[in-house]
Formats: sequence, structure tokens, C-alpha cells
Amino acid sequence: MAHLRPRSWGEALALRAAHPEAVPVSGGTDLMVRMNLAGHRPAALLDLSAVPGLAEWSDRSAWIRVGPAMTYTAMVRDLAEHAPALARASRGVGSPQIRNRGTIGGNLGTASPAGDCHPALLATRATIEVESVRGERLLPAREFYLGPRRSMLAPDELIKGVLIPKATAPQEFAKVGARNAMVIAVGSFALALHADEQRVGTGIGSAAPTPVIAGAAERYLDAELADGDYWEKRRPLPDVVHRRFAELVVTAADPIDDIRSTAAYRRHALGVLAYRALRWCWTDFLKGWR
Amino acid sequence: MTGLLAHEGGGVGDSAPRPDGRLKVTGAFDYASDLTAPDMLHGATVRSPHACARITAVDVAEALALPGVRAVLTHEDVPGAKFYGLDVADQPVLAVGEVRYWGEPVAIVAAEDEDTARAAVALIKVGYEPLEALTDPRRAAFDPGAPRVHPDGNLVRYQPVRLGDPDRMHAEVVVIGEYEVGMQDQAPLGPEAALALPTGDGIEVRVATQALHTDRDQIAPCLGLPVDKVLVTLAGVGGAFGAREDLSVQVHAAMLALRTGRPVRMVLNRAESFVGHVHRHPARMRYEHGATSAGKLVYVKAEILLDGGAYTSSTNAVVGNAASMAVGPYEVAHAQIDAFGVRTNNPPCGAMRGFGAVQTCFAYESQMDKIAERVGLDPVEVRAINAVRQGSRIITGQRIDAPAPLAQMLYRARELPEPPPSGTEPTDLPGGVANVTRGEGVVRGTGYAVGIKNICFSEGYDDYSTARVQLSVVDGEPTALVHTAAAEVGQGGITIQAQIARTELGVDRVVLATPDTTVGSAGSTSASRQSYMTGGAVKVACEAVREQLLARLGSRVSADVSLVGGKVVSRRDGVIATIAEVLGDIVLEETREFHHHKTSSLDPQTGQGDSHTQFAFCVHRAVVDVDVELGLVKVVELAAVQDVGKIINRQSIEGQIHGGSAQGLGLALMEEIQVGEGVIRNPDFTDYLIPTSLDMPPMRMEILENADPRAPYGLRGVGEPPTLSSTPAVVAAIRAATGRPVTRVPVRPWDLVGV
Ligand SMILES: Cc1cc2nc3c(=O)[nH]c(=O)nc-3n(C[C@H](O)[C@H](O)[C@H](O)COP(=O)(O)OP(=O)(O)OC[C@H]3O[C@@H](n4cnc5c(N)ncnc54)[C@H](O)[C@@H]3O)c2cc1C
Repeated sequence: MAHLRPRSWGEALALRAAHPEAVPVSGGTDLMVRMNLAGHRPAALLDLSAVPGLAEWSDRSAWIRVGPAMTYTAMVRDLAEHAPALARASRGVGSPQIRNRGTIGGNLGTASPAGDCHPALLATRATIEVESVRGERLLPAREFYLGPRRSMLAPDELIKGVLIPKATAPQEFAKVGARNAMVIAVGSFALALHADEQRVGTGIGSAAPTPVIAGAAERYLDAELADGDYWEKRRPLPDVVHRRFAELVVTAADPIDDIRSTAAYRRHALGVLAYRALRWCWTDFLKGWR
Repeated sequence: MTGLLAHEGGGVGDSAPRPDGRLKVTGAFDYASDLTAPDMLHGATVRSPHACARITAVDVAEALALPGVRAVLTHEDVPGAKFYGLDVADQPVLAVGEVRYWGEPVAIVAAEDEDTARAAVALIKVGYEPLEALTDPRRAAFDPGAPRVHPDGNLVRYQPVRLGDPDRMHAEVVVIGEYEVGMQDQAPLGPEAALALPTGDGIEVRVATQALHTDRDQIAPCLGLPVDKVLVTLAGVGGAFGAREDLSVQVHAAMLALRTGRPVRMVLNRAESFVGHVHRHPARMRYEHGATSAGKLVYVKAEILLDGGAYTSSTNAVVGNAASMAVGPYEVAHAQIDAFGVRTNNPPCGAMRGFGAVQTCFAYESQMDKIAERVGLDPVEVRAINAVRQGSRIITGQRIDAPAPLAQMLYRARELPEPPPSGTEPTDLPGGVANVTRGEGVVRGTGYAVGIKNICFSEGYDDYSTARVQLSVVDGEPTALVHTAAAEVGQGGITIQAQIARTELGVDRVVLATPDTTVGSAGSTSASRQSYMTGGAVKVACEAVREQLLARLGSRVSADVSLVGGKVVSRRDGVIATIAEVLGDIVLEETREFHHHKTSSLDPQTGQGDSHTQFAFCVHRAVVDVDVELGLVKVVELAAVQDVGKIINRQSIEGQIHGGSAQGLGLALMEEIQVGEGVIRNPDFTDYLIPTSLDMPPMRMEILENADPRAPYGLRGVGEPPTLSSTPAVVAAIRAATGRPVTRVPVRPWDLVGV
């Protein structure tokens, strides 16, 4: 197996174009499992670890830009202020070892419906920067996921970064699994309140062939919050709004029965998570979040 | 001879550190899968994709043609007996004409590297004619029209127990329950691995196993070799828990090595490991308990059905345990127990920590809680008033000769301080790091359970262990060399062997020879028996060496001498001599066997008989927080009270209680091999979940020492009892929190929210 180790981003793009058979590797926590367990033997590895700067994040006034090789440990440490849902999701990933190696770029590269970054990226309306020798593209997270482990990423492209609008109000992420740590989500949910735009964002994991948003729930909540002037008046939100929101979130899911859960439980759990996430976010918002 | 130097720690009763502990935590320890040899080949296995099929053809030509492939073997190449088994030789070395479970080995390959071996596996074309798989154990037991998994039928053992008067099985309070235990896996982190080395006229097999001689006695006939041409040496064991009692890769690696004349290593990958060893028998149990309105048991009826999967393995002993301990540690006058073990086309099941007794413990403890609820008694009280004690008889008529202060143990568990309410950090709450609650929906519950486990082999088996002990001066220091064939599987047998040698011989330095079959059998590292049996053997061998040593002192020796701190000390005269002086250049050596007292079989009609060697008990109290809206559970605390007879090494005992309790917690909450139509659907640690450090709570432990006068130092086996009671204790706590019946383990979140 060939091991390609570019020293610069330009070289990485050139190698990606010249070696379509080479598989990029970042932390290796998805790829190595496939190689060890499934006997997957790529013809070559395109190892991105020597490309400088990929693990860093930067402040772009209204946005932050997260490098593809930023690890979960670093996101937990650094992103709680500007991307709280993503930081919260990162905290729940795997074990300390996996959080030290696993990266946001790898999570996007795999594009599993159970990947924990995705609901947060959907809820915050993040944008994914991808690039190839042909040029750069900006892909909204809400258009990125095409099917189970399939995304908009073209075969000659690399993920270059993730642009996330800075949090202007509370965000939450929660996932349900059959164990208290190191577990693949049976269902997950992210909620982001965007106070400046006066709208909300949602993201659902493990409940459909791809990560999805709960569009009807977002529209419902946006309308309720606008009609009651809740954003400005900062009033408590009636319980019935929480419940209706949760019901609409559940309708966005299209879960299946599998070895990890029944579809019925996935729906039920998602409703509970949506209800609680809204309660937590709104309570924090009323407390004068920043 | 290779060995491990144990020079830290004291004698019996000290928490001596493990002699291999530093190697293990620094990663320097060689596990079986790390072994290599010059010129070594790598083995791989072709496995059945069907649970039941006739084999119509096997075409190995393409695989043999692959560069780097050195041998491809099928059942036709087995040099000797084509079938083996722990108890009944009904399992083929390689499938002969048919396959009986998904993953059954059909052919084996040796190649220059592992990738080539696995590539060759993919090139072997096996023709199958799939047949109807028998996967329902109830049909296997009771439907005469069911397909026969073996020509001699599906029933392996039916063991009834009849006690008292069938006409008096009625009572004021009757509780009935049906219970199910899922298929648990031992989940050893070290996969099955062996290195086979041709020795000229025979073979050496270095393997991670639980019983060297049991392996040897099965390997040799299959290879067509006399047992003295098969040397089995223990390789580093990465967990066992019963998974290494049956053969896995031993004969395969040896066949490939004999055929190629080169060393062959076989290491199963994780997915293969899940089909490469047996699992815990899943159980379906129907219980009826009759009691007085005061909560005293009147009678117990039970039907226990255990699915042994495709081959016999340990099913006979599992059924014997389930039947004889069907009622648990309780006194009852009338009992009618019917225990069945069957063969099906499900994955083979056999030994796993607490076997037979784990399954019934979940059922009888669930029943005791039902009785408590019906008669309005506290769960501790209902157990205490029915508990056995020294002198009681279990349902087989066997008297409990040793101390059994169960009622006191239960009260002690209840008196332990309760854990404080949980905090609001997600890691303190159900769901843990997944951040699902800040306290919403969280309800606390407490539950109790106790279990009874037989220690050592039962039912008339002449169980023994052998130890060879040498005493000599090495580098000026008196040093004991202890050689046994007892498999160290992580339990700390080597630690206590060294402690016993220190106590009996008064030396500090002990070398533990690598276990192999050049010394007599130590039996299996199972049934919580090695402290009793090999501990006993080391003790008697040391006593024999000591006698020789003292004999050398001639008239200087008196009745009051002992060996302490490298010296011969008389109570009256003080130090008489150093051991080094007495020994000089000579090497003293003694080999001794240690047998436990005789047991008898169970009567096939009445189930009566003194079948067990020793009984051990553990009491658990579980405190759980359940998020009743999501059905997620956080065990807040597991407290255990266990009577170990005599503490040989407290740290090891605590480790056993931690581990056994964690394994029981796993069975209660998450550990299940999911089988559909005979196919394992979660053969990996992504979906076979075992508890993490956020699932396993801190433990409070009370370790009691009521000596068993028949056992060495009065000790009682420790490893299995905590595995029994932790499962029903956790489930009882969940029932208390949720009010739901919970009749099956593992409990699934949707069982608790009712969707
Ligand atoms: C024990 C364990 C527990 C886990 N727990 C979780 C969990 O709780 N939640 C969760 O979401 N995931 C979990 N995972 C999965 C995995 O850790 C994550 O998906 C992680 O984000 C992968 O990142 P990586 O850098 O290791 O990816 P890699 O394995 O290096 O790569 C993954 C994929 O992304 C591609 N890729 C990587 N970087 C780029 C790039 N810059 N451009 C284009 N393609 C790229 C690779 O080619 C590959 O296909 C777990 C894995 C393990 C082994």
C-alpha cells in the first residue's frame, strides 16, 4: 500500500488529482476500523497529517472557520463559545483516545447518518469548503449529505474547512444510545437558536438514511416565536409549543428497525430530545445568554 | 525453562502485586496474538455462511494457486479423529459434509502472510445446499417433528429435581413468572490465538487457553499423535471467562504446521472471534413459587430451557448447575424442577462465568421480589427469612456443611450507607456524556439480590491439580520455583501461588515457571476453582519440600520450627539456621497432587445427590437512576457483600468482585449477541456493548472470612458469585424505579418506555 504524504495543501490537491485510487486519511479512526475489520485495502493512503494548518480554527468576525483536521478534543476545548452544539457533540464522541484522533473532516468524509458532527452543522447552517485542482466550492451543510455515506464531495476533492456562523444564542446537542459513553447514536438531535436572525435551526442524526433537518418544526417554531414576539420580549415559551415542536421534529425522521433500536423507540426518543433541547435552550436564553 | 520472577509482596493475606502487572500496563506483555517464530506461516479459516446446510463441493484449486499459499486443508486432511469435544466428541475439526452453525470452520489455509491467507480464503469455493435451520430451542426440546441437528437427536440433557411431596405444592400466595436471558458473550479482548511449532516427531502448541491438559487430550487424538508428542504451553491470555475452555484454533494451527513443517500462527480477527468461541446459554424459564402469607417458601416449580447451540460443549454441566441451583440459596420443602439443554443451529454455547447458575439466579431472584411485593415484605426480609445457613439442605438434598451466614450478609448489605443523590452533570446521569437529561424524568430505585454458586467441578468428577515445587539457592538467595499447568487468565493465580510459596517456605523470591504440559494437570481455570485446587496443590507440594528441608537439620529440628524470612526459626531457640545454609548447593523438589473431597452424581430421576464441592454466596445491592422517559439507566452504585472464607489477596479479590459485578451489570443492561435465523448480527464491539467506566459505578464491598474447614486456608472461590447476583440486583432496582415488570435481560430502553 502506497503512502502519500503531502507537505502542503497544493501538493495534497495535486496528489488527490493524480491518484484517484488514494484514500485520504486524517485521524484514521473510521478508516482503520474499515481496514482492520472489513479487510478493506485501499491501493494508497493520502495522509494529510503533514499539511500545515489543517488542525486549526480561526475567527472570521461573524463566522468561525474550522480546519478539517481539528480533533474532537480540540473542539471541546476551543469551540464551546462560538459553536456550542458542535462542542457538546464532540464531548460525546467515542472515548478520550478517539476524541484525540478523530476529526471533523473525517466525520464529514465518512458522512455516516450516525456521525455526531452533522446535526450540529445542520442546525447552525454551516458551510463546507471543498477544493480540488479544479477550484474551490462552498457547500451548505444542508445540501451536503446525499445518502448513507454519500455526500457532495467529488472524487478529486478534499474537505478544506467548515464555516460556522458564531453562536448568538443557546445551542444544544443530545444523543441517545444504549450505553453511557462510547456509543453510536440510536438517535440524536441538535438545536440552535439564531437570535440575530430570529430563527432556529435543527439537525437530526441516526433517524433517516442521511442526517436531516426538521423543516416543519423549524418553520413552526420560527412562526410561534415571531407571532408572540418571544425574541424581543424574552418571555417563557408555553409547554404546548415545546410539545408541538417535538411532534414536528419526529415527523421529519424516517427511522428503521435495526440491531441498535426499533424505529418506534427512535421516534419516541427523538421527541423527548427535541422537547428537552428546546426547554434547555429557551431557559438559557431567558437567563440572558451573553 | 522460562518463568516469571515474583519478588514483590508477602505471603498469604498480603495484597501482593501481580508479577506480570507492570508488563501488562506498559504494553510489554506478550499475548498469544503477539507470538512469532522464524519462518512462520499465517493461518486463516473458511467459515460457513449458513446456519444449516449440506456441503456439496469444496474447490481449493484457485486458492492453492495463489502465490504465497502453502497449504489448504479440509476435513479429509485431519490426521486422526475428526471430532472432538470437552465432554462429548460431537464437534468436527472441520465440517464433514454438513455445517450446523453460522461461522463453522470448513477449511483452513496457511500462507506466507496474513493478507495472503485471507485472500486465499476468499478463493475457496464451497458449494452449499441450505437446509431448514432449527433455531427455536423450544422446538428442539419438545417437538418430535423438529429437524435433528445431530443423528442422536437434539436433547443433550434433561435433569429433573424432585423434592418433597407433589401433592403439597399449593400455597396461600402463588407467583408465576416467565423469564428470558439473552446470549451473553465473554468478550475477551484478546482474540483466539495459537502458535504451532513442529518438533520433529510431534508438535508444540502455544496457546491462550484455560486448561492445558484438556486441550492436549483433545488435540492429540485429532492429530493422530500420542499425548506425549503434543506439548501445550500457555501463551499470554487476554481474558477468558469460559471462552477458552473449548478448543478454537489449536488443532487447525497444528494441522497446518504438521503439513507444512513450519511454524504456523493463527489469530482470529474480532468478527471471527465472535464465532470462534462459545457463548453463554440463552435461557427461557418458567417459575411458580408458592409461599405462606408471611413470605415463607412452600414450594417451587420450574421449567428451565437452555439453548446450547450446535454442539454439546459444556451443556451437560450447565444443565446440572441450573437444575441443582434452580431455587437459589433458599430453604424449601417441595420442589419440582425440569431443566433441559438442547442442541440447535444457533451459535454453540458453553462455558461462561457462573454458567447455569447465572440464568436461574435472574429468574429466582425476580420471583423473590414478586413474593415480597405480594406479601408486603421488604426484599431483604423475604430473602433473609428463607435463606439457607450452615446445615441447610439445597433441593438436591445436599447439606451445606460450611458456614453460610446469608441472612446476616443481606442485613449488612442493607445497612451500608446509601449513595447521595446524583448531581446535575450529564456524566452523573443516565445517558452520560450523550447529554440527554439535566434531571428530567430521572427516578431512583434500589434492588437486592443474592446468588449461590458451586465452586470446583461437580457431579462425581475426580477434580485435582498438580504442583511441582523446587527450593534452591539462586544468587545467594533461597528461591522457590513453582511449576504448575494452571492457566493464568488474568485472575491472579500466579500472584497467590507465589504468596503461598512464600508463606509455606519462608522465602521472598519465587519464580513461576511458564505453565505447560510437562508437569501434571492443574485442571481448568474455571468454576472459580484454581485458588482452591492449584492453591491447594502448591501448598501441599511446599509442605513436602519443607519437610525435606527440615529433615536436613537432623536433631536440631523440633516441633515448633517454622520458615520465616529466609530462616529456620524455633519458637523456643530463635533462629536455628538460614535456609540458604541448610540448602547449600542442593535442589529440593517435590511434586504433589491435590484432590478435593468426592462428590456424587445427581440421580437422573430425582436430581438428588451430594453433587457439589463447595458453595459460595454474594449479595448485591444496586442503586440506579432511570430516565423513565427515555428508558436509559445509570447504575449509581453496586454494593457487594461476599464471603470468601479466607482472604489470600484482597486486591485480587476486589478485582474479581469488580469484574464479576461489571459482567453481571453488562448482562442486565446491554450485553447480548443478537441472533436472527442462526446468524450473529453484531459480531463486533461497535454493537456488542460492554460496560464502560461511565456505566460501571464505584463499588462498596464487604468481604467476609468465614472459613470453610475443608478448603486450603479455609478459602472459598471468588470469581463467579458476583456475576450471578449483580444482574438481578440491577434489574430489581430498575423495577423499583419504573414499576415495569422487566422479565428479560438485557433490558432494552424500549422495554422501559413501552414503545
Ligand atoms: C471506538 C470508536 C468510537 C467512535 N465513536 C464515534 C462517535 O461517538 N460519534 C461519531 O460521530 N463517530 C464516532 N466514531 C467514528 C470516527 O471516530 C469519527 O467519524 C471521526 O470523526 C472520523 O475522523 P478521522 O479523522 O479519524 O477520519 P478518517 O478515518 O481519517 O477518515 C474518515 C473518512 O474521511 C475521509 N477524509 C478524512 N479527511 C478528509 C479530507 N480532508 N477530505 C476528504 N476526505 C477526508 C477519509 O478518506 C475517510 O473516508 C468512532 C470510531 C471509533 C473507532
